[in-house]
Amino acid sequence: MAPETTTGSNQNEITDPPPPPLPPRRKPSGEGLGAPGQSKATTAVSSIDISTLSFPDGSRGTFTTSAMRAVSTPIPGPSGFATPSRGASEDGLTDSMSVMSFAPTMRPAADLASLVAGEINRKSRAWTMLRSQSATVQPFEAVEITASTDELAGFNHEFDDIPDLTSQGVTDEQRLALWKAKLKHYMILSSAGKPIYSRHGDLSLVNSYMGVVQTIISFYEGSNDPLLGFTAGKTRFVIAIEGPLYFVAISKLGESDSQLRSQLEALYMQILSTLTLPTLKNIFVHRPSTDLRKPLEGTELLLSSLADSFSKGSPSALLGALECLRLRKSKRHAINNAFLKVRSEKLLYGLIVAGGKLVSVIRPRKHSLHPSDLQLIFNMLFESGGVKAGGGENWIPLCLPAFNNRGYLYMYVSFFDGSPDSTSSEPIQERSPDSTDEEVAIILISPDKESFYDLKEMRDKVAHQLDKNGSLAIIRAAVRDGRPRIDAIAPGAQISHFLYKSRANVQFCMATLQPTFDGSEPEKLVARRRLMSLYHQLHASMHTKHSHLKVLHCVSADAASLAWITPIFEFYCVAGPNVSRAVMTQGANKIIQWAKREEERLFIIGGGVF
Amino acid sequence: MADSAGAPRPSSSVKLVLLGEAAVGKSSLVLRFVNNDFQENKEPTIGAAFLTQKCNLPQRTIKFEIWDTAGQERFASLAPMYYRNAQAALVVYDLTKPTSLIKAKHWVAELQRQASPGIVIALVGNKLDLTSDNAGTNGEGEAAGGDEDARKVSTEEAKTYAEEEGLLFFETSAKTGYNVTEVFTAIANAIPETSLKSARGPGAAGAAGRSEEQRVNLNGPRDPNAKEGCAC
Repeated sequence: MAPETTTGSNQNEITDPPPPPLPPRRKPSGEGLGAPGQSKATTAVSSIDISTLSFPDGSRGTFTTSAMRAVSTPIPGPSGFATPSRGASEDGLTDSMSVMSFAPTMRPAADLASLVAGEINRKSRAWTMLRSQSATVQPFEAVEITASTDELAGFNHEFDDIPDLTSQGVTDEQRLALWKAKLKHYMILSSAGKPIYSRHGDLSLVNSYMGVVQTIISFYEGSNDPLLGFTAGKTRFVIAIEGPLYFVAISKLGESDSQLRSQLEALYMQILSTLTLPTLKNIFVHRPSTDLRKPLEGTELLLSSLADSFSKGSPSALLGALECLRLRKSKRHAINNAFLKVRSEKLLYGLIVAGGKLVSVIRPRKHSLHPSDLQLIFNMLFESGGVKAGGGENWIPLCLPAFNNRGYLYMYVSFFDGSPDSTSSEPIQERSPDSTDEEVAIILISPDKESFYDLKEMRDKVAHQLDKNGSLAIIRAAVRDGRPRIDAIAPGAQISHFLYKSRANVQFCMATLQPTFDGSEPEKLVARRRLMSLYHQLHASMHTKHSHLKVLHCVSADAASLAWITPIFEFYCVAGPNVSRAVMTQGANKIIQWAKREEERLFIIGGGVF
Repeated sequence: MADSAGAPRPSSSVKLVLLGEAAVGKSSLVLRFVNNDFQENKEPTIGAAFLTQKCNLPQRTIKFEIWDTAGQERFASLAPMYYRNAQAALVVYDLTKPTSLIKAKHWVAELQRQASPGIVIALVGNKLDLTSDNAGTNGEGEAAGGDEDARKVSTEEAKTYAEEEGLLFFETSAKTGYNVTEVFTAIANAIPETSLKSARGPGAAGAAGRSEEQRVNLNGPRDPNAKEGCAC
């Protein structure tokens, strides 16, 4: 297919529809305050947030002031959503929504593209033929990995342990070399210079570096000009100061400052989740030189699994959004209702989660759930393995800092894996390459620390209900189906992978990572990181302060990528290096239309509210 | 579980709590008892885990409702919630770590002061596989211990203390499984019949919100709860 025709038709489309109903506006999630704009975009995991337009009490009173600021910002999203979507369904112009948001920026891009790519393509028949073949080149396939040029050369050893002092035959120099070879470091220390946490290396190894870090930070602190970050060679250092704690991220992975900062923020949230803010403050008010490792004892694994998910590249953390299990609307409805029907009086939040994806949420009308809080819970349950490994039911005191950083809630967790609950005859264990991906958990959160038996009783009723109406089997089947394949949702689109974030719902969906980007083999781990690095770059470019970008198309030697932001969604996709902009845009359109069509399956809209 | 086809053995629930310093092997003991399994480098428990396991005695079946608590200091304030109304407690220390016995003594004192008067307490020294006198354990344990004897707490010291305080005493290895079931069986045997007939322990903790049907009534006709125990 000749790309110029596509370009032409695009231009036709652009001239046809009326101008967009909304003036171009700044993207809602500002990067200001150095805060992680994305994860701050707090809303209900439901359309209740949309209805906050008419019911302003929707989520008031549950957020800190900074979150309050952010919570009001997504409102343009829903209102912008309403108009074009109506237009779309009534006109039968399924594309109008996207075209409208596309229009203001596409024209210059199209012109540019016709100057550059289009002309060349039109000229040469041989080029067209070559292109048709080369289009099959996958992203990152063409990368020549040479240890000297490739910054990801050592990535497959990134998560290997550094041998400790007791191991034989390893000199200090070797240990130091291994430590320095890590592409990503996270360090947490107190303002008095006491080490609290380091992702790599034991304290004997990093102690002196912690001292250096503390000296540097304190120097700038002393002159009332806090150090935010600095660069050494290809390594970026980003510093976040939270009360008595210093957080340092050291990255050779090419993330932006605000992305690294949001990662540090998440580590801070994990610490608050363990201690609560008043406790943390108290500890340091009374004894500034306290060793915080003791109070945090046992949570190193949670910090590390959080840190590693960032280093591997977490779309959820990048987008500050949650992923939901794709289910038919009626099925999800049935699950919500079963859940609500047996609700305990003591319940604050109820969640069903399968393989790290949200299946169902029930919550009180006046309280919503913040994605960063859910990220901590998911990390605890699905990444660190500490809860699952114990077996049985769990009763866990934890603070959800975005909900309320001053006190504990109590979380009941049970996994639906044992045979007693599932009378479904299908063999569940049969094909599970990675069984943690298939676990179905029920999470019941209460402010009452004595409510374990109430919630346990509720869990038994939920399990019974879900089993009776077949929902458990449906959930398991949906988990096994996995994420959507691009050739199934947009046949012919030459796109290798995409991320789609619904801004109003603060949820995202993505294409399956298989077969190229998923697996434990080193090359797949690296491929996945390349993909995520590209997404991080796209995301950073789109969210650069004052950039006002709507669409960004990048081509490099190893991949082509497209980012597209409207008030309704953020879309990022990646294709092979030879896929033309026009073809890519077409594919993107198809996927976005699919996401719009499937919105009520992909995302939890509404949820169960009581 | 019940073998005699006719009259089921009386079954009763016993609330049991595990206490002890972090990383002494509380969860590993439970995992061995409940699943007969062992995991190296097990992650620390967060909060507490609730598990159940039946223990068959000649005369009756005991259904243990086990609270496996986290050992970290910051969870200590939650402990009363778990040992309140408990009929049994396992206070665990690490044979290779003297401070863990000190911590265990603190727990015993707290239990004697604040838990139910009739509570059966067992003092358990874990990680016997790391010591050289791991008689009864298999060779594997010996190999893991290496040539050195990592034992830092003598049997006599702990045993004397246990006798003074009227505790059951065991040295175990969750890794090899040595003595683990014995601990639980001994506890089951030590629970006085009367305490089983009195108001049910674990239920009492959350009694306010619990429905009547979940209570065990040994005197009356079989209640619905019993079908878990002895449906044959």
